[in-house]
Amino acid sequence: MENEKHHIVPYRIYAIILLLLLLLTFLSIAITNIELGAFTVAGALLLASIKSSLVLVYFMHLKFDKAYIQIMVGLVILLFIAVVLVTFFDYYFR
Amino acid sequence: MQTSSKIPTDVSYLEYKGKHKGLKAWIFSTDHKRIGLLYLYSMMTLFLVGVVLGLAMKFELIAPGKTIMEAKDYNAVFTVHGVIMIFMIVIPGLPAVFGNFMLPIMIGAKDVAFPKLNLLSWWVYIAGAFLVITSVLFGDGSPDTGWTFYAPYSFKTGANMLPAIFGAFVLGFSSILTGLNFIVTMHRMRAPGMTWTKMPLFPWSLYGTAWIQLLATPIVGITLVLVALERIFGIGVFDPALGGDPILYQHLFWIYSHPAVYVMILPAMGAISEIIPTFSQKHIFGYKVLVVSTLAIAFVGYFVWGHHMFTSGMSGTAQYTFSILTFLVAIPSAIKVFNWISTMYKGSINVQTPFYWAASFIFVFLIGGLSGLVVGALATNVYLHDTAFVVGHFHFIVFGGVGFSFFAAIHYWFPKMFGRMYDTTWANIGWLIFTIGFLALYSPMFYLGMQGMPRRYYDYMEEFHAANILSTLGSWVMTLGLIIVIINLFRSAKNGPIAEANPWNGKTLEWTVPSPPPLENFDEIPEYKEHDGPYEYQ
Repeated sequence: MENEKHHIVPYRIYAIILLLLLLLTFLSIAITNIELGAFTVAGALLLASIKSSLVLVYFMHLKFDKAYIQIMVGLVILLFIAVVLVTFFDYYFR
Repeated sequence: MQTSSKIPTDVSYLEYKGKHKGLKAWIFSTDHKRIGLLYLYSMMTLFLVGVVLGLAMKFELIAPGKTIMEAKDYNAVFTVHGVIMIFMIVIPGLPAVFGNFMLPIMIGAKDVAFPKLNLLSWWVYIAGAFLVITSVLFGDGSPDTGWTFYAPYSFKTGANMLPAIFGAFVLGFSSILTGLNFIVTMHRMRAPGMTWTKMPLFPWSLYGTAWIQLLATPIVGITLVLVALERIFGIGVFDPALGGDPILYQHLFWIYSHPAVYVMILPAMGAISEIIPTFSQKHIFGYKVLVVSTLAIAFVGYFVWGHHMFTSGMSGTAQYTFSILTFLVAIPSAIKVFNWISTMYKGSINVQTPFYWAASFIFVFLIGGLSGLVVGALATNVYLHDTAFVVGHFHFIVFGGVGFSFFAAIHYWFPKMFGRMYDTTWANIGWLIFTIGFLALYSPMFYLGMQGMPRRYYDYMEEFHAANILSTLGSWVMTLGLIIVIINLFRSAKNGPIAEANPWNGKTLEWTVPSPPPLENFDEIPEYKEHDGPYEYQ
C-alpha cells in the first residue's frame, strides 16, 4: 500500500466538477417543466447518471485508478443497465 | 515471508487474554474467528425461535379449521418465521459464520481486511434482529404480510410494519459490510503464490456471494425505505390509488431477493465443494469449471427475478424472458452436482458425519432444483403458483440446501473451530432422524400443491388432511433430530475429546494450523509453490 502512488488533482478540476454538478442539478429541475411524455423518467435518469459518473470519475478518483478497478466498476454499471433493460421487458410490453 | 507479531502462536483464540474479559472479550473482539462464533450463537438462538414458529404453523395445520390459533395469528406467525429465517439465518448463514471463521485461514491471512468493520457488521446484525423482534413484541400486532412485504398491503395493514421493515433494512447493511470486507480480503490478502486459480472453492463461493451482497442488497434497502415512506407520507410510488405501481415493488423486491437465494446457496455449495474432495481423498473434479459455474450462478441469478411474478400481471414478453433465463441458471447448478459426483467416483470415500450431510445435501438439492424447473416453466407455474408446492420447493432448496450444508460444514470444521471432537454415533443418529423428518415434513407439500392446496392459509379442505398429518409428524421428527444434533455439538464443544489438527486429512490451509487456531492463525504466512494447490491428494 505504501508504495502506491496517489494522483494529486488540482483544486481547479474539483471546482469545475462542482460547478458542473450544480448546473446539472438545476437542469434536472428545469427539465420537469418540459413535457417529455414517456421520456420524463429517462431524462431524469440520464442527468442523474451523468452526475454520478462525474463523482465516480473525479471525486472518487476512478480516472486515476488501476485498470482492473475501472473494469470492475464498468462491469457493475453494465450489470445495472442490463437489470434496468430486463425490467423494461415488462413495462414496454405490458 | 512475513513473520508474526508479538501475539503468541501457542495460545488458541479461545484462550487468548486480550484487553477485555468475559462477555466483553467476545462482543468487542475484532478477531474474525470470535466474530464467526458470535454469529453462530446469535443465529442458533434466532433459528430456534424460527423453528418454534414453524412447529406452531405445522401444529395448526394438523387438522382442518382452527387448531391452536386464529387466521390472523397464523399470518403473523408465517411472516415472523419467514423474516427471521430468511433475513437473519439463511442470508447471513454460511458467510457470516464459516466465511468469517475460515476465509482468512483458507487464504493464508491473519484476519479479514477490515476487522473493525467486521465487528460492526455483527453489531448491525444484532440491531436489525432487535428491531424485527420489537415489531412482534410491541405496537398494534405482529407484521402479517409474509416475509416479502408485498405492496400495497404492507403499507395499508394496521400491523406493526415499520420496525420490521426498518429491521430488514438494517440487516441489509450488515450483509453489505460483510460482502465488502470479503471482496477486499480476497483481492489483497491471499497468501503469496495463491493465485486466483489456486484459491479453494469455499472462498470462491464467498467471492461470488460477496458481489451479490454488495450490489443487490442496496436495491432492497431503498425499496423498503420507499415502503416506509409510502406508509408514513403516502408518496404514491407503489400505491395504485395515487398512480403508483405495486408490480414495481415486486420487481424491486425480487431484483434483490432472487439473487439473495444465491447468497444463501452459493456458500452452501462452496462448503460441499470442500467436504466432498476431503472425504473422497481425491482432487475436486473440474476445479475451474466449478469456479466458472459459481460466477455464472452469481451473474445469471441477477436476471431471473421475474419468475416470482408470473401471475402478478407482468407483460407476456417479460414472462417468456424470465422463464428462459430461469432455465439458464439450472445449467451451472447442474454442473456442480455432476462435478461433486465425479469427484466421488473412484475416490477413497471415508463415510463420516460431514459426508452424510453433504451427500444428503446433494439429494435434497436435486429435488429442490428439479421442482424449481416445474415452477420456473410458465404453464406449470400458473397452476402451482401460491400453492403448497412452492413452499415444498422453497424449503427443499433453502432449508435443504443451506440447512444440510450448514450442518455438513459445522461437523466438518467443528474440530478446527473448537479443538474438540463430537460424538460421531450421536451425530449420525441426529443426521438420520433429521433427514427422515425433513423428507416427511416437506415432501407431502408437493402432493398437496398439485392437488390445489393454497399456501399461507390456516385452514384447508378435508381432502388435504392425511398429507398434512404426515407433514406435521415430519416436523416433530425433524425437530427431534435437530435437538440431538445441537445438544451433541454443544456438549462436545465443552467436553469432547481433544481433536487433532487435521482429523480428516484435508489439504486446504485451515488444516495446517493447530486446532483451535491461534489468534493470528499462522506463525508464518504460508507460501504456495508452483505445484501447490488446495486439493492435491495422492
